[in-house]
Amino acid sequence: MNLAETAKDILKNHKAEFIIGYSKGRDGRTKPFIAKDEKGAEKLVFDHFSVNNLAVYLTRMEKPKGGKIGIVAKGCDVRAVNALIQENQIKRDEVFIIGVNCSGVVNDIDGEWNKENTQIKCKYCQLRTPNIYDILVGELEDFELPEDGQQLLMTKIENMNAEERFEFWQNEFDKCIKCYACRQVCPLCYCEQCIVEKSMPQWIETSASARGNFAWNLIRAFHLAGRCIGCHECERACPMDLPITLLTRKMGMLAGKEFGYRHGMDPSQETLIGSYNIKDNEDFIR
Amino acid sequence: MEVKFEPKIVAFVCNWCTYTGADLAGTSRLKQQPNARLIRVPCTGRIDPVFIIKAFENGADGVLVSGCHPGDCHYNAGNFHARRRWIFFKSLLDFVGIDSSRLFFSWVSASEGKKWVDVINNVIDTVREKGPFNAYKKFNRENYKSDAELVSASKEDSKINSE
Repeated sequence: MNLAETAKDILKNHKAEFIIGYSKGRDGRTKPFIAKDEKGAEKLVFDHFSVNNLAVYLTRMEKPKGGKIGIVAKGCDVRAVNALIQENQIKRDEVFIIGVNCSGVVNDIDGEWNKENTQIKCKYCQLRTPNIYDILVGELEDFELPEDGQQLLMTKIENMNAEERFEFWQNEFDKCIKCYACRQVCPLCYCEQCIVEKSMPQWIETSASARGNFAWNLIRAFHLAGRCIGCHECERACPMDLPITLLTRKMGMLAGKEFGYRHGMDPSQETLIGSYNIKDNEDFIR
Repeated sequence: MEVKFEPKIVAFVCNWCTYTGADLAGTSRLKQQPNARLIRVPCTGRIDPVFIIKAFENGADGVLVSGCHPGDCHYNAGNFHARRRWIFFKSLLDFVGIDSSRLFFSWVSASEGKKWVDVINNVIDTVREKGPFNAYKKFNRENYKSDAELVSASKEDSKINSE
């Protein structure tokens, strides 16, 4: 069964009250779309242009009274759903996950799908088939991906000295215009009041100046440390093209290296930052 | 006259161990350099990393974070939670260029007045050798464009546009 037929069946049998998915807009672009009835379900599609992480809607929309929210999710989106379950933002029985096999999504939505026009996250993706779902649709394509350039950049930065690293990031953060698109698009940034909106006392300067930009980007990355599921939506949404996923990916890699932990892989697992182990590394503490 | 650089150190210390330890160092008349400003917090678990960034923003050349030894926490597990956060935060700051010669962590208990003196002197010496944190200080308000400058800049822009 393809996605539209599956969705139709789900809505018909009230397995979910509505389905968050993708459809082709009038301009031919794939966009997020909410199917509320069978007519809407017919419009649902999934292709290489389904870039958005729809899990962001789960915490931002009203939950249906009784019944579930249906969501079309690729591997990285399923990790976000799992993460929200782990962090007690939603319950597993409140969502009906339609997992889709994903063979990568485009970087530039105006371009053609090819080897070069691929998002960074897809180049090292380990979850082309979602690990948790209620129903799975779609087929995996065989596809050879280009080199992971972000990894190379990260190694390059790590090999710089402290002053050079500081200068690199200062130049990058200088571009930030503080639009908070990175926060709005992040499925795990669900705080009702973000720290950047607190003004008594004001921890992070709101002007798009060097000081405020530095503090904001660092704190955003830290709040996602050990929590980021690597959907790279922040970098896609960023109008100034800051390489902010470098920071979150670095934190994710550290969580893997130090604790053998990947957030959003197992909904029943305890969160990394919400727990502790008395044997944690303390080499750096004198 | 040449002014010698004296580092400004901000030390976040927990009420139950390190603050008391530093107090002991004082009452025992142990000699320490006077460059550190101590900020007393209830527990190391109370220290939000944003405090550390704020300290650098306000002109600190180095930051020390210190609390009870593991297992000694007054609130049982505050320092365990803090330690796990520091692992991430230290690595993050290191990645953006604030390395271990500016940011320090230690465990100092209430009876370790001598250790406190050693730690704080060592921190101050390390930062003094490293020099002032000019890269971050450049961000300060004095270096912002003043309103008058901005107005004249926007006038320049509109002139270009009208031409």
